[in-house]
Amino acid sequence: MATATAAPAFQVHRIETRRRVTNHVMTGLVVLAFLLAMTPLVSVTWSVIAEGYKQLSPYFLTHSMRGVFGGSESGGIYHAMLGTVLITLAATVISVPIGLFTAIYLVEYGRGPLARAVTFFVDVMTGIPSIVAGLFAYALFAVILGPGATFGLIGGIALSVLMTPVVVRSSEEMLRLVPNELREAALALGVPKWLTVVKVVLRTAVAGLTTGVMIAIARVIGETAPLLLTAGFSDSINSDLFHGRMMTLPVFIYSSWHKGYVPCNAGDVACNPNINFERAWAAALTLIVIVMLLNLVARLVARFFAPKTGTH
Amino acid sequence: MTTTPTRSPQGAEGLRRSRRSGVGSGLFAGLSVGSGALILVVLAAVAAFLLIQAWPALTSAPATLHESIAWFPDKTSLVSFVGPLVFGTLLAAAIALVIATPIAVGIALFISHYAPRRFAAGLGYLIDLLAAIPSVVYGLWGVRVLVGQNGIGQPIQQVLHDVLGFIPLFAGTPARPARSLFIAGMVLAVMILPIITAVAREVFLQTPRLHEEASLALGATRWEMIRMAVLPFGRSGVVSAAMLGLGRALGETMAVLMILSPGFTYSWHILEAGKQQTIAANIAAQFPEANPLGVNTLIATGLALFVITLAVNMLARWIVSRRAEFSGAN
Amino acid sequence: MAQRIDVKDLNIYYGSFLAVADVTMNIPARSVTAFIGPSGCGKSTFLRTLNRMHEVIPGARVEGSVSVEGVSLYSSDVDPVAVRRQIGMVFQRPNPFPTMSIAENVLAGVRLNNRRMSRSDAADLVEESLTGANLWNEVKDRLDKPGSSLSGGQQQRLCIARAIAVRPQILLMDEPCSALDPISTLAIEDLIQDLKDEYTIVIVTHNMQQAARVSEQTAFFNIEGTGKPGRLIEMDDTRVMFSSPSRKETEDYISGRFG
Repeated sequence: MATATAAPAFQVHRIETRRRVTNHVMTGLVVLAFLLAMTPLVSVTWSVIAEGYKQLSPYFLTHSMRGVFGGSESGGIYHAMLGTVLITLAATVISVPIGLFTAIYLVEYGRGPLARAVTFFVDVMTGIPSIVAGLFAYALFAVILGPGATFGLIGGIALSVLMTPVVVRSSEEMLRLVPNELREAALALGVPKWLTVVKVVLRTAVAGLTTGVMIAIARVIGETAPLLLTAGFSDSINSDLFHGRMMTLPVFIYSSWHKGYVPCNAGDVACNPNINFERAWAAALTLIVIVMLLNLVARLVARFFAPKTGTH
Repeated sequence: MTTTPTRSPQGAEGLRRSRRSGVGSGLFAGLSVGSGALILVVLAAVAAFLLIQAWPALTSAPATLHESIAWFPDKTSLVSFVGPLVFGTLLAAAIALVIATPIAVGIALFISHYAPRRFAAGLGYLIDLLAAIPSVVYGLWGVRVLVGQNGIGQPIQQVLHDVLGFIPLFAGTPARPARSLFIAGMVLAVMILPIITAVAREVFLQTPRLHEEASLALGATRWEMIRMAVLPFGRSGVVSAAMLGLGRALGETMAVLMILSPGFTYSWHILEAGKQQTIAANIAAQFPEANPLGVNTLIATGLALFVITLAVNMLARWIVSRRAEFSGAN
Repeated sequence: MAQRIDVKDLNIYYGSFLAVADVTMNIPARSVTAFIGPSGCGKSTFLRTLNRMHEVIPGARVEGSVSVEGVSLYSSDVDPVAVRRQIGMVFQRPNPFPTMSIAENVLAGVRLNNRRMSRSDAADLVEESLTGANLWNEVKDRLDKPGSSLSGGQQQRLCIARAIAVRPQILLMDEPCSALDPISTLAIEDLIQDLKDEYTIVIVTHNMQQAARVSEQTAFFNIEGTGKPGRLIEMDDTRVMFSSPSRKETEDYISGRFG
């Protein structure tokens, strides 16, 4: 340039309007996205509380639906809660050992193609639709016992297909957090590898492992579709996982809602036409409280029982 | 040293292998490897048992299926029965994905780059709570808040139809009550929001600080920094996050079952009722009352769903793992 | 009962990479032997082959022989677990088990092996080992506190107590003072002097003064360049090594002309 101009002023006040506006608009959109996601959370919580409190009572929690007809306000979800506890327990008993040992394999032993295949397919397995897990459990028992078998354990197996990969993932993460120095310290003391894993690695990670298992339980305890196919419906208390249909909370919610309005005779004060919906909501409130409690306790365990690390 | 430790008389000869510890190690290692292998076996078993139980339906003549199954249409092969269901499943999942992905990316950016550091974990936890709500509760909620008499579904559908009705997707009479695929897709979008957000958030947080600071040092605004550094870095991560969400939406049952008024056509009119149905919801609706051949037919549709979700998930995981290889050690 | 170690023609590999080549040395019993050399010369790697800890790293393997009192550590009927029980190791950074108390840390080697022990025997072993590690007086009133509540130097002495509680013949120390302050370092060095009456001690150190202070023999390792294997240059009495080494590299290193 022949004609040198004066140096430009040192401009630090304002950037161009267009850029500034874009920046503000995008900030607004990002905040809006978050608020938008919060609306269903608030709305679901509000709905469940507002509709659920109507029927929720100690009586509701301690009685089954056996012999309850029409618009009667008696009856409750004891049978469904019992079924949910038993079936979830069965799923946990199956999933936790398999999941934990798989995680141990991946972290402590796994090398080569088998470990890579397991890692990959555990991830793929987390994506199996819950209804397919239900169909699998049904088909498994249909092949073994003939078609139409319906009892609680089948539901437990269906849930364990969904739960195992979650347990593997969370346990793997927790085991990898255990510093290698501790493994080496134990090995250098002449402790065999498997005892090192059991007594040092697992013991150091136990809080995290517990948290992971509880969150996995919370994930499957609300599953409906697989139980609809495998454990079926029932109005009565059944505490035998190996015989007979077994009601669960999610299936109870669906089946109550599915029954719909009850036709009432005019002037029949004992008849509540909305009773089925009200029961469904009350059961939903119970289920949500259980799930949230599981999540909360899991996080408290993680916070308070984590080992103090050697950092000073 | 004042005390002299009393040593057990072990010379160098004590180095020999002892049988006892060998058994324990072998058993433990065996259990670990066995469990890992069992995972692979289970996945194979899922496919095998579904195939075994679907076989009678796969090998029956269309006429037989029609005669013995109440809801199986006449003059239809199994493939043309599954066709509309696959279509409905994909369409519902696509609706959910289109709604959820941009919102999830927004939330992930909010948590990773906008919200104050110390709130970020708590906000992430709030989003995760959305994943903790059981699907049957989403179904109840969807019916009450979106479908029901005073539900907000109808006005939303009406506005979409009035403004965008010239697009075939939004043509047709909006359903009253709003038991349409669009409303079901909206609920699915809420349900897959947490998983997409979680993966996208992870990826955005991994953006190299150097890139971010480089663009800020060039005088970029926060949004320009995100566009220059964060989004390009996270693109493949967002793609795989969306695929994972897609996998989940494909298999969701209860919300669709409770909201959608089903139909078995290849209709694009997502605001109408009685036009589409998804595989999962159809299985749940028909299974409890189905006769043996009906069950076999439903399992055959389930096999189709399994294959579709497996393919989507494998693709998503493959993208993730490829990404991990590239951004790995450096 | 301390034992001598004889190493002959040892090559150490990580996968196909030769990390340390062709080491032959004899480590006498009941003495302190120091390994010195620049970073990355393979002295720690070599140390870990003396109790078969290197095989913890996937792909690591050795060729050649290491024998303790004439028994080859790498023969097929030798259990690496038994080797480590007789050849203890102390690491660069103190690593007490965070889930265990001070006393439990000392007993870890015994307890983790599922061996039963009466309460009084256990108490005796704790006192004896902590006394042996010059730590007893500092911690005797808080044996049930977590091991991680101690200072860095105390933690390292706790790790030494833990190592000697399984009554090894040999103690390997991998830069045991590099994470410690000078006062703690002095405490550990005093401890090493006490321990050598009973144990064969091998110590890796970056600190030449430390090698000169504590050791009777010194081995100097060096590496020609990145990608090349580390080698043992020479080994001799510490006094000889620091006054009149026979190799030029050793002299350069010791006089601080490189490394």
